[in-house]
Amino acid sequence: MSKEPVAVVGIGQTKHVAARRDVSIAGLVRDAARRALDDAELTWADIDAVVIGKAPDFFEGVMMPELYLADALGAVGKPMLRVHTAGSVGGSTALVAANLVAARVHSTVLTLAFEKQSESNAMWGLSLPIPFQQPLLAGAGGFFAPHVRAYMRRTGAPDTVGSLVAYKDRRNALKNPYAHLHEHDITLEKVQASPMLWDPIRYSETCPSSDGACAMVLTDRAGAARAPRPPAWMLGGAMRSEPTLFAGKDFVSPRAGKDCAADVYRQAGIADPRRDIDAVEMYVPFSWYEPMWLENLGFAEEGEGWKLTESGVTELDGDLPVNMSGGVLSANPIGASGMIRFAEAALQVRGQAGEHQVEGARRVLGHAYGGGSQFFSMWLVGSELPDS
Amino acid sequence: MRDIALVAFAQTDHRRSSDELSEVEMLMPVLHDVLAQTGLQTSDIGFTCSGSSDYLAGRAFSFTLALDGVGAWPPISESHVEMDGAWALYEAWTKLLTGEADTALVYAYGKSSPGSVRDVLTRQLDPYYVAPLWPDSVALAALQAQALIDAGDTDEPALASVAARSRAEATANSHAQLRGSVPHGDYLVRPLRTGDCPPIGDGAAAVILAAGERARELCARPAWIRGIDHRIEAHGLGVRDLTDSPSARLAAEKAGAFERPVDTAELHAPFSSQEVVLRKALRLGDDVRVNPSGGALAANPIMAAGLIRIGEAAAAVHRGESDRALAHATSGPCLQQNLVAVLEGDPL
Repeated sequence: MSKEPVAVVGIGQTKHVAARRDVSIAGLVRDAARRALDDAELTWADIDAVVIGKAPDFFEGVMMPELYLADALGAVGKPMLRVHTAGSVGGSTALVAANLVAARVHSTVLTLAFEKQSESNAMWGLSLPIPFQQPLLAGAGGFFAPHVRAYMRRTGAPDTVGSLVAYKDRRNALKNPYAHLHEHDITLEKVQASPMLWDPIRYSETCPSSDGACAMVLTDRAGAARAPRPPAWMLGGAMRSEPTLFAGKDFVSPRAGKDCAADVYRQAGIADPRRDIDAVEMYVPFSWYEPMWLENLGFAEEGEGWKLTESGVTELDGDLPVNMSGGVLSANPIGASGMIRFAEAALQVRGQAGEHQVEGARRVLGHAYGGGSQFFSMWLVGSELPDS
Repeated sequence: MRDIALVAFAQTDHRRSSDELSEVEMLMPVLHDVLAQTGLQTSDIGFTCSGSSDYLAGRAFSFTLALDGVGAWPPISESHVEMDGAWALYEAWTKLLTGEADTALVYAYGKSSPGSVRDVLTRQLDPYYVAPLWPDSVALAALQAQALIDAGDTDEPALASVAARSRAEATANSHAQLRGSVPHGDYLVRPLRTGDCPPIGDGAAAVILAAGERARELCARPAWIRGIDHRIEAHGLGVRDLTDSPSARLAAEKAGAFERPVDTAELHAPFSSQEVVLRKALRLGDDVRVNPSGGALAANPIMAAGLIRIGEAAAAVHRGESDRALAHATSGPCLQQNLVAVLEGDPL
């Protein structure tokens, strides 16, 4: 059974900032959607369906906001789906939209993800107590810090690796006009001197709270042929989930992440990800997750991820650049963060990434995860139409 | 296009309150039920998709706990819509169409009992201009009902008969919350009386989808999805004609509902007045049996009630009571968003 090839022909983001007080939620999402349509040189009338995602409704205090956003996204009279898979949602949303094209249900789909964190308080949105269940311990950092510590103990990684990632990503962000944090005076010493929040995670090794949206226009082969700029072709995409807490769970390198990557590589015919993939946009909300995910995604042997980071392989001019855009560490509109990874991967293979473009990037991985490291969504995009 | 069918359906007994159960505990028997009907195990399922709402659960990421109940180990291919489970079924249907999976488990659940659902649903409205006024779901439905009466489309006795018929039909449905003779009651928000409104309750539902020959192996008479589509309308009530449902009509047209007559319709019409709107938009004549399950007026577990309509329609096909059924789900104030599926059984 043949699937329709899926192409990314339009990408739009907002400038991510701490608080977009100049726009409503509707205004924010429309900004991103408008830019994606402009990039594709399409109008609202060209869109067959809208697929929207964001992280919990509690982050803005609006229940099922897609209902209210139908008008702003030109969805009236069209199908509109709302995806929610925790922090991986931006990636999952893009994959649900891609499936509509792949299944030949629709030709051209607008997909969008957003978060307007300034409308509420994400820390409290994640900290609602519930009997007999482990709370997220005052935000996500408290949940993830012990797993970082476990990684360090397991691999013997020196405690300097996390700050290298943060320093790199914040410098990359200076080349990305949409990134939230533009720290022009960043130094490695400043990262290392920043306050300890959740040992071993320092303040400068954490993501900011951002308002922002990201949109993409996905289309079929015919739509791609009409596109004004080079399309990014989806070579593989997958989602995997596993339970939150159970005795056999490996929080350092969850099996769901490994299985998800393996499925994507199988679809794309990737035998050796380290050799066959040119760059990665990876969901790294706390700096140590770069070496952790390098192993989980098969770019390094177990216990070796930190060595890639330490040796500069993941720098913008390295052999395997990671988070060329500055990543989640430099802009985190939570619900949109996964889609931004997917979109930045597509920008790279389209050759449209501007100052943070990796020369000759042909195959780039976009990665997202969520919940207690239990939800994963990934896609691999390429500059060439897939064979099948 | 690949043939895809519903092969199993299960639901809870819907109740006003289920204090003693967590959402996962409420859901588990339903998951076991659909798997047992087909003989499948979690590891046999190609794709899993669910629908639920954090706002009903009162906590962020509430669906993650339900996933633990599914038993997602080894890891599964899985997704979630923050919508009624009918839309989760739609996502699963597209996944099966791509050929990446041959079977799918779809489930949905909602507990309305812990809070005031009328207040909770106001949080769906435009957060800047409307939600601060707290117009509740019954008041908005009453606006729609009054518009219908003013247009001459219905009157209060006709609405009462819709409610009475629904609950009479529900006497045969052991899962329903309101059954038999229910008083039409006092006005809740004029012109709607308590009898015109759905019961508030907790419940869950699950279905299994399968493609092609796999469906025939798993079910004696699969309910084939001949078409499924959904459409949304503007959010602002002031720019909509509340006496009509163009989105339901368009979804039905795209789902192929008008190509041949249906014999049964399961409509997600939580208010008696909304059945009037939907019957017209979906061109359902008096010869079509509407809501033989009792519909949402007999049980309306929010987030699952739409999926239950599809499940009930499929079950009617499974039992040989329907050859071609229409199933409908709705979301948002005054039927803002509507989904229509057409299900058919093979000739008996």
